[in-house]
Amino acid sequence: MRSIIDILDLSKEEIADLVAVAEDIIENPDDYREKCKHKKLATLFFEPSTRTRLSFEAAMYELGGNVLGFSDGDNSSASKGESVHDTIKVVSCYADVIAMRHPKEGAALVAANASGVPVINAGDGGHNHPTQTLADLLTIHREKGTFDNLTIGFCGDLMFGRTVHSLIHALTRYKNIKVVLISPEELKLPDYMLEDMAAHGLEYVETTSLEEYMGELDVLYMTRVQKERFFNEQDYIRLKDSYILSPEKLMPAKSDMIILHPLPRVNEITVAVDEDPRACYFKQVLNGKYMRMALILKVLEEAAK
Amino acid sequence: MIIGQIKDGIVLDHITAGNCMEIYAALELDKLDCQVAIIKNAESKKYGKKDIIKIDQAIDIDLDVLGYLDERITVNIIKDGKLLKRAHLEAPEEIKNVIKCKNPRCITTTEQELPHVFKLTDREKKVYRCIYCESQGK
Repeated sequence: MRSIIDILDLSKEEIADLVAVAEDIIENPDDYREKCKHKKLATLFFEPSTRTRLSFEAAMYELGGNVLGFSDGDNSSASKGESVHDTIKVVSCYADVIAMRHPKEGAALVAANASGVPVINAGDGGHNHPTQTLADLLTIHREKGTFDNLTIGFCGDLMFGRTVHSLIHALTRYKNIKVVLISPEELKLPDYMLEDMAAHGLEYVETTSLEEYMGELDVLYMTRVQKERFFNEQDYIRLKDSYILSPEKLMPAKSDMIILHPLPRVNEITVAVDEDPRACYFKQVLNGKYMRMALILKVLEEAAK
Repeated sequence: MIIGQIKDGIVLDHITAGNCMEIYAALELDKLDCQVAIIKNAESKKYGKKDIIKIDQAIDIDLDVLGYLDERITVNIIKDGKLLKRAHLEAPEEIKNVIKCKNPRCITTTEQELPHVFKLTDREKKVYRCIYCESQGK
């Protein structure tokens, strides 16, 4: 039985297989309608989330399975002081697979160690968010046709942006990837991520300017400055409007560059950009559901062996 | 300065000069009833200066803790006044409850019963990272 805590828990070949399954689901959805009949997914969201939770739930329903769980830590036994370890021990008696989001970094590893069923990390604080990365990868694959030879810009909150960390981890395994890190000084990518990229020979450059490398990018990954990651509201207010992508700023960009965003957005991409054919963030949402379907199938199949 | 030889016990040699009190505290040597000699800034052909700790009792020592704190240390086990065994240390792959994760966002800050486990991620720079949140141990 295997849990998926970090995107690197999946090999490059397994990611390719998941992409292939997701694309088959898109082509032949009827073939998958009863694949998870009589199976239960527990969605344990200790931190509020709309998109990821609904995506997991929609994925399980489309596979013919059922869903139980909670959408806020205040509505769970965690509010009574129960540990993650104990909550997972209990829930793994009821469900066949668990998707968990928690505000603390490393909570998913604690859950996986305690669980009798596979745990899928649906986000642990600012740390990892592997299923968003699977959504990002499927979108890149469908739009660009490859994971190799790409220049990818990450913009916004690179310090606490778990989706950024997970996607960069995944990219370390592909050929000739160049990364442009665009952030204010206070929200730069953590040192351990820079070390990791250097160790894997990933070429990167850090800048505070959104415009500087715009013309070189194949993918622009925008992120929101997340209020919930700040202990000090003054810092949040100072940094929240650091980068706003508008049609004007996109002028020097390549005609086939794609714009990704894990959503929700606040104001970092103006609504006018939505009309641009390069805007792929709503396609990403749909792709996320297909990749979660493929992943649920995979961990359940493995657990049954 | 003369400090006598020990009959049965342990000599921690080649401690980086200035580190002996940290080692003394980490090994909780203050709790021992036997004689313990601490020698600071002794001459060393190899390093110029070194610290030495002599413990006049055969105690169990956690070599992982020692290796994490100072991998230069040589551990000499003495029996009947003779050198029984000499061990050179290296930084361990994993340390448990030796240091605590200081990241306020780490799960260990709220789940008090969790062990604080760090893994060696860069042997050359001796970087340890929390297995939960990947923050660097300090």
